[in-house]
Amino acid sequence: MSNSEYLPSCSPALIEARANLYRNIRDFFYARHVLEVDMPLLASHFVTDPFIQPIVADDTGCTRYLQSSPEYAMKRLLAAQPRCIYSLGKVFRAAETSRRHNPEFTMLEWYRLGLDDHQLMAEVAELVQSVLPDVAVHYLSYHQWFASNLGINPHTCELAELRRVGKTLIEIDDTGLTCDDWLDLLVTHRLEPQMPAGLTFIYDYPASQAALAKILPDKTGTLVARRFEAFLNGMELANGYWELTDPQEQRRRFAADQKRRRDLGLPDIAADPKLLAALEAGLPDCAGVALGVDRLLMQLTGTRDIAHTLAFAADRV
Amino acid sequence: MATYSINDFRTGLKVMLDGDPCNIVENELVKPGKGQAFNRVKLRNLTTGRVWERTFRSNESLEGADVVDRDMEYLYTDGEFWHFMDPDTFDQFAADQKAVADAAKWLREQDKCVVTLFNNAPLVITPPNHVELEVVQTDPGLKGDTAQGGTKPATLSTGAVVKVPLFMNEGDVVRVDTRTGEYLGRANS
Repeated sequence: MSNSEYLPSCSPALIEARANLYRNIRDFFYARHVLEVDMPLLASHFVTDPFIQPIVADDTGCTRYLQSSPEYAMKRLLAAQPRCIYSLGKVFRAAETSRRHNPEFTMLEWYRLGLDDHQLMAEVAELVQSVLPDVAVHYLSYHQWFASNLGINPHTCELAELRRVGKTLIEIDDTGLTCDDWLDLLVTHRLEPQMPAGLTFIYDYPASQAALAKILPDKTGTLVARRFEAFLNGMELANGYWELTDPQEQRRRFAADQKRRRDLGLPDIAADPKLLAALEAGLPDCAGVALGVDRLLMQLTGTRDIAHTLAFAADRV
Repeated sequence: MATYSINDFRTGLKVMLDGDPCNIVENELVKPGKGQAFNRVKLRNLTTGRVWERTFRSNESLEGADVVDRDMEYLYTDGEFWHFMDPDTFDQFAADQKAVADAAKWLREQDKCVVTLFNNAPLVITPPNHVELEVVQTDPGLKGDTAQGGTKPATLSTGAVVKVPLFMNEGDVVRVDTRTGEYLGRANS
């Protein structure tokens, strides 16, 4: 081992910038009477999301999943003790390493009782503006985003049309790609790189990409997911929902995820019965959002590689 | 040859794509919100030199390409092939016009080159970055011309034509950067 391998991945200035950002976040929520809560990292269940893979821990023969988000635990807490809460802590996702990904990263997640997705977007903007006062804020529906840049209606577009547009822009073996895969590819390859500077909210996602958001008709009557994503200077920063509270619908979404996992040959993940029990007991009407703190720190400090915001990135641990 | 999964792609790895050996230039994981992960990979096609971007799903894999770089000595050309020898094993390899391409104009017998072998046959010849070659033809410099100022074309012993300062004469040896074709200076010989 060379002598330099013990060294941190980031500069003293970044260590300090991170500490300051945490303090700003805590001040922001303290002033708004949102309570910090500390959620478990090791849990008996994991999200069924087919595109998030767990890092599995073994506690003397007992399987525990390092959590990819505090979402299920926070919703259980909300159902039992309704009040506005936030969590600031580490989360874990297998096989995610890149300039923008580290297998463990810091997530800020918060839930606001009685707010919908649009009111929560406004609060996300205020949080970002509290650390980046001059940032411009844009709002765009997913439909406007696709229609204005690609001339496509993402809610009604057929696979053949998406493939035709996608193939002119992206070289890929498209065997088995679904409509949602093509929409995602157009986002990552075409729409994200062309985003304006500043904070951009994309809202009203396709119903097929609802995850844990309510599905409701928009102004034109199209069913959309009341989910939003925030992008800061073209980099995905946060994902929020007007939260699904219906336990029957939650069961259907779990089952749909599990079917998709099987179709893709991924390991089975059991639906979390404790989350379902919490929804049966009654999750209060709320909106919630998860924000990547390391990415916010990248933008605050002009850092191009997430590794340089971390004391010890994945290649140094 | 081994098979490499997309997550193992590192800069410099050689893989087969669409029947051609390629060098990985860049591999970036992209993972949209709630969607599946893709890798945007930049590859250089070693046969054509073209760099292109392909997107893969993270569960895809590609076969490795049997491509190795070896230091060899240039021996001679018979007009159709250029012959190289590995000075350690004395193995000899014949490279065709396609493999030698622009390198031909820099090759001087006994100079060291990098021969990229694909399935044990020369695929690309890379001349040394800097070569020293004799000027065999150039117009005489005008009297009074000094180091600064204009240039003139000069033909070198290997056939390459480079721009040299006006004071250079036939028989002088010049140092040239083969990547840019630029004159670097008079050689100390």
